[in-house]
Amino acid sequence: MNWADTIIQGVLLGGLYALFAAGLSLVFGIMRLVNLAHGDLIVMGAFLILLLTSALGLNPFLAAALALPVMFALGFALQYLVLNRTLGDDILPPLLVTFGLSVVIQNGLLQGFSADSRRISAGSLETASLQAGPFSIGTMPLLTFLSAIGVIVALNLLFYRTSLGRAFRATSDDSVTAGLMGIRSERIFATATGIAMMVVTIAALYLGTRANFDPTQGPARLIYAFEAVIIGGLGSFWGTLAGGIIIGVAQTLGAAINPEWQILSGHIAFLVVLLVRPRGLFPRAVD
Amino acid sequence: MALLETHGLTAFYGDFQALFGVDLVLEEGETVAVIGANGAGKSTLLRSISGLLRNAPGHIRYDNADIGALCAPDVVRLGIAMVPEGRKLFPSLSVEENLLIGRYGRSGSGAWTLEAIYDLFPVLKERRASPGTALSGGQQQMVAIGRALMSNPRVLLCDEISLGLAPVVVKDIYAAFPRIRANGASIVIIEQDIGQALKVADRFYCMMEGRVTLSGKPDTVSREEIHAAYFGAHTP
Repeated sequence: MNWADTIIQGVLLGGLYALFAAGLSLVFGIMRLVNLAHGDLIVMGAFLILLLTSALGLNPFLAAALALPVMFALGFALQYLVLNRTLGDDILPPLLVTFGLSVVIQNGLLQGFSADSRRISAGSLETASLQAGPFSIGTMPLLTFLSAIGVIVALNLLFYRTSLGRAFRATSDDSVTAGLMGIRSERIFATATGIAMMVVTIAALYLGTRANFDPTQGPARLIYAFEAVIIGGLGSFWGTLAGGIIIGVAQTLGAAINPEWQILSGHIAFLVVLLVRPRGLFPRAVD
Repeated sequence: MALLETHGLTAFYGDFQALFGVDLVLEEGETVAVIGANGAGKSTLLRSISGLLRNAPGHIRYDNADIGALCAPDVVRLGIAMVPEGRKLFPSLSVEENLLIGRYGRSGSGAWTLEAIYDLFPVLKERRASPGTALSGGQQQMVAIGRALMSNPRVLLCDEISLGLAPVVVKDIYAAFPRIRANGASIVIIEQDIGQALKVADRFYCMMEGRVTLSGKPDTVSREEIHAAYFGAHTP
C-alpha cells in the first residue's frame, strides 16, 4: 500500500467536502443561520443539472453554468421570503424551518425523480487521469479540488475586497447599525444565501459526476459539510477548506486500513479536533 | 420651510411612551443642540428621526416629505446620517473599511471623501489598517463621525459624542465641527454636557420626561432657566 498516494486521494476528496461546506460556512458566518436543508439543496442542485443535461443534451459543466443563476434566484427568494422571517434572538425557528424544508425537498425529489439512484455523465473525463511521477491523479478529483480552491479564493475576495463583502461583515456584526449605513439587512441576507446556492451548484456538479446520488442523500452531505465548517472554525473560509481536507484524508486513510472504517474515521477525526480545539482550527477573532 | 421638522412627535417602546409630542425645527445650515438628563427622551428623538424607531409618517418632515414611517436605510438615502450613541463601530472592519461603509447607501455629491476625512482627523490615516475597535475612545468617535460624513449628509445627527471621553478629547472632536458646518451639513447634537452643547449650537432644546421644556438661543437664556428646564426644579 502506498501511503502518499492515499493521502493525495484524501486531499482531493477533501476538496469535495470543502465545496459541500463553503456555502454553509458563508451563510452561518453572516447570519448565524444553520441551514439543515443544505445537503438536500446540494442533491436538488444535482438533479437540476441532471435535468439540464438529459433534457437539453448539454455538457454537465455547461448545465451547471446554466443552473448557477437559477439557484442564485432560488436562494435569494428562499431567504427573502421564508428564512428571514425565522431570524431573531431565538435560534430554534431557523432550525425547525430548515429541517422541515429538508423533508419537503427530499420528498419533492422522490416524487419528481423516483428513488432510483442517478448519475450525471461527464463522458471520458470520468476515467481520465494525470501521471505525476509515481502518482496517478484522477482528472475529475483534481478538477474538484481546484474548483474548491477557486471557490474559497473567490469567497475571500468577495468578503474582504468588495463593498458587498464589507456590507456582509458589517451586517453580521450589527445589523441595526448597518441600517444606519443604508444597508438593508434582509437583502444582504438574501444575497448571501443566493451566493451560497451558487456554491451549492458547483458542489452539486461534482457530487453528481463523482458517484451515484438519490433523493435521500442530502443529510449525509450535510454532516460532512458541518464537520468541515466546525473543524475549520466558524467564519473562516480557508479553515473550511482545511476542515474538508482533514475529513477527506481521515476517510481515505481509514478506508486504506479497513474499508469498513472509512466513514467512521472521518467522524473520529472531527471529534478529535473538537477535543483539542473546541473552537476549530482558525476561528475568526471577533465573535 | 425648515429642512427638518418634527410635529407633535410621539414614540413608544412597546407600551411605554417615551416622547409626548415633541416639536423641533432644524433650518438649513443650522446647528441645534438637544440637552436633557438621562431618560429625557433625547436619544429616542434621534432614533425616531434616523428611522431606527418607526413613527407616524407626518410626525417627521424633511425636505417637504413625510419621513416618520421610513426605515433607517431609506432615511440615510435621503441624506440624514447618524453618529450613534456608543460609537458602534463594526469590529470586523478596519478603520478604513468602517469609513468606506458609511457611503454604502449614499455617497452624495459633497466634499466628504476618504481623503477629506483623513484630512479632518489625521490620526485615522495612521491607524487606517487597524481594526476599528482597537482604537482609543476618542479615535473611535472620530471614525464614527467620519463614517456618518462619508454619505455627505444634509443632516448630521450626533448622539452623545462626549460620552465616556476625557474633556481634552471632547474638545479635539468638537474642534472639527466648524469644518463640518462649512461643508454644508445641518447638525443636531445631543449632549448631557450642557456647556459643550451650548458652545457649538445656534439654538437649543431642553428636554425632560419626553417633552421639550425650554428652547431658545444659548445667549438669550439664563443658566437658571436651563437648570429649571433640565432638572424640573421650580425657580422662585
